[in-house]
Amino acid sequence: MNRMPVIVVGIFLTFLSSWIGLVAYPYLTLGRFTAVTDEATGDINPPTLSGLAVRGQRVYASAGCVYCHSQQVRQVGFGSDLARGWGARPTVARDYMRENPVFLGTMRTGPDLTNIGARQSSAMWHHQHLYQPTVVSPGSIMPSYRYLYTTQKIQGQRSARAIDLLPPDNPPDGYEVLPSAEAEALVAYLLSLNRNYPLPEAPEPPQ
Amino acid sequence: MSATLTMPRPAAATNPAHDKAERAEIDASTRLPVVLFYGSAIFWLLVGSLLALLASLKMNNPHFLDQWGWLTFGRVRPAHLNAVAYGWASSAAIGTGLWLMARLCRVPLRYSKLVIGAAIFWNLGVLLGTFGILAGDGRSIEWLEFPNYASGMLFVAYGLIAVWGVLMFRFRQPGHVYVSQWYLLAAFLWFPWLYSTANILLNFEPIQGGAQGAVNWWYGHNALGLWFTPIGLATAYYLIPKVLGRPIHSYYLSILGFWTLALFYSWNGMHHLIGGPFPAWMISASVVASIMMFIPVITTAINHHMTVRGNFQALKWSPTLRFTVFGAMCYTLASVQGSFMAIPSLNVITHFTHYTVGHAHLGLYAFFTMIMFGAMYYILPRVVGWEWPSARLIRWHFWLVAIGIGVMVVSLTIGGILQGLALLDPGVTFMASLDYTKPWLLIRSGSGILLTAGHIVFAVSFCLLLFKVGVKRTEPTLFGSAEDRQPEPLNP
Repeated sequence: MNRMPVIVVGIFLTFLSSWIGLVAYPYLTLGRFTAVTDEATGDINPPTLSGLAVRGQRVYASAGCVYCHSQQVRQVGFGSDLARGWGARPTVARDYMRENPVFLGTMRTGPDLTNIGARQSSAMWHHQHLYQPTVVSPGSIMPSYRYLYTTQKIQGQRSARAIDLLPPDNPPDGYEVLPSAEAEALVAYLLSLNRNYPLPEAPEPPQ
Repeated sequence: MSATLTMPRPAAATNPAHDKAERAEIDASTRLPVVLFYGSAIFWLLVGSLLALLASLKMNNPHFLDQWGWLTFGRVRPAHLNAVAYGWASSAAIGTGLWLMARLCRVPLRYSKLVIGAAIFWNLGVLLGTFGILAGDGRSIEWLEFPNYASGMLFVAYGLIAVWGVLMFRFRQPGHVYVSQWYLLAAFLWFPWLYSTANILLNFEPIQGGAQGAVNWWYGHNALGLWFTPIGLATAYYLIPKVLGRPIHSYYLSILGFWTLALFYSWNGMHHLIGGPFPAWMISASVVASIMMFIPVITTAINHHMTVRGNFQALKWSPTLRFTVFGAMCYTLASVQGSFMAIPSLNVITHFTHYTVGHAHLGLYAFFTMIMFGAMYYILPRVVGWEWPSARLIRWHFWLVAIGIGVMVVSLTIGGILQGLALLDPGVTFMASLDYTKPWLLIRSGSGILLTAGHIVFAVSFCLLLFKVGVKRTEPTLFGSAEDRQPEPLNP
């Protein structure tokens, strides 16, 4: 092997094969999904995200949630995802058509979040959890995201957006803890995570 | 084709004085670029170690420095990965790759000012990218977290370096092409293609989410398999015969190892997504390719082992050889482990756990980083014109990092298996799967302290050499006394 053209062509072709198989093919197939309308309910699935939830998706990326939380439910017989109640059905490629970037994840230091919006549908729960995880989830090693919240003096009446906190995390008397715009967006995104709708290729199994 | 493979020899090989002058000219031409890439690599190794330690301590105590978004776990962790992957490992790979290419092609590095410019540009890119992640601009796409303003700079800098590498090969002196040159040429051609494809499809003009995962792990695995691995193997293929003064065992095994690596490694990526929302054939193709990796790995292992065989005592004396052979052995270990991890019945346990983190460090650290240390111990005295001032510092460096990485891989492996078995059983609460990992994560932090200490020792050693501290030596710095080493002279 002393001739440059032979080596270069070989280097090119071997790599091209995987480029076609693992890049071009998924781009042309898994990257071309459209939403479907559920004939029974008239819902469009997967549903579009609200503007606030799309901003929350960026906060999720910026805070690096994906390094501890996956967003994929695997089939029965491969892991205990369904048995743990992480979803009503395994997820399929179409579920992620609106995700950018996609947060499939490779680590489960924390639980899967594919359907966290269905499991925990209270915005207040999410705010309390983000502010001090161990209060609602004892033993958790999730860090506090209190940098997304501000403590301020109550002006007249306590704000409706203020979050309820127990000692020792509660603010001093006369003060309140308010979520920042980023925290509101992140919670809106988390609440939007609900992929239990049926798709033609993934009907929801009978309960 | 000859049955054995030796380093290329010039026509005037019979004239040692000519040889020596030619080597000196090549070394001088690479001096500034190599020192710049190596120096910045070591700087990023220290930064990356501190970020890693911080991330690890945060898993032991989540309240540690949790009041600032800049230092939240989800930013420190990717900042660590990118600082070590692009700042340390890639800079070390580029410095080593350019020097090896110049030496093996027997051409001086011309217009080195452009390469120096590329080095500066590369480092600015890594700096901006790392700060960008900490500031909240990270993309959360594993291995591709750098925001576009940083990855664009990296691409331009790398393009320039790759062109230089390929041009050196194009204008090489006539004669035999050595196995290291194939790997270097391939790495210089693969990486720009890989990096540009992935960045365009995921960051610049993102494709739909359903397809992103495949491109993400095609990139992630190939960054290891087709960028770091070929440079690491090229270095081992060069240093082992060079230090021992004997040819590589088999030319044919080298060919087989190279082409099977090129074909199978490039198809491995989807084994990071087993069970995920992808067509079964894609996952199966990657599982099969991962198993087929046994061929290049065992081939290379035999080739290296048979070359060292009968000379293992040289590991006692030569720092270069000790680091390099440690790395080469861990290449076999990490790759065999990787093939097994792709088998679905085992993957279902190890996937989503710290086991994978242990495996990644076995590959990128115990294999690649250790070989880069070996290369630096060999190359720096030649380009700087000053021997390593202290064998004791080198010994400390070796044992701190060898023990450190050993403890890290073992603790993450055990913790990961316990975590994986717990996750697999729906009767065990999720919190229990986390509790199983806690003591092992604490031990991992301990191993991180050892590694960081080792890196500080190495950085001190590097500075002493760079500023030519101490008395000028004419012999290379080896372990043990000269009497102990008789009668085994090592190739200088």
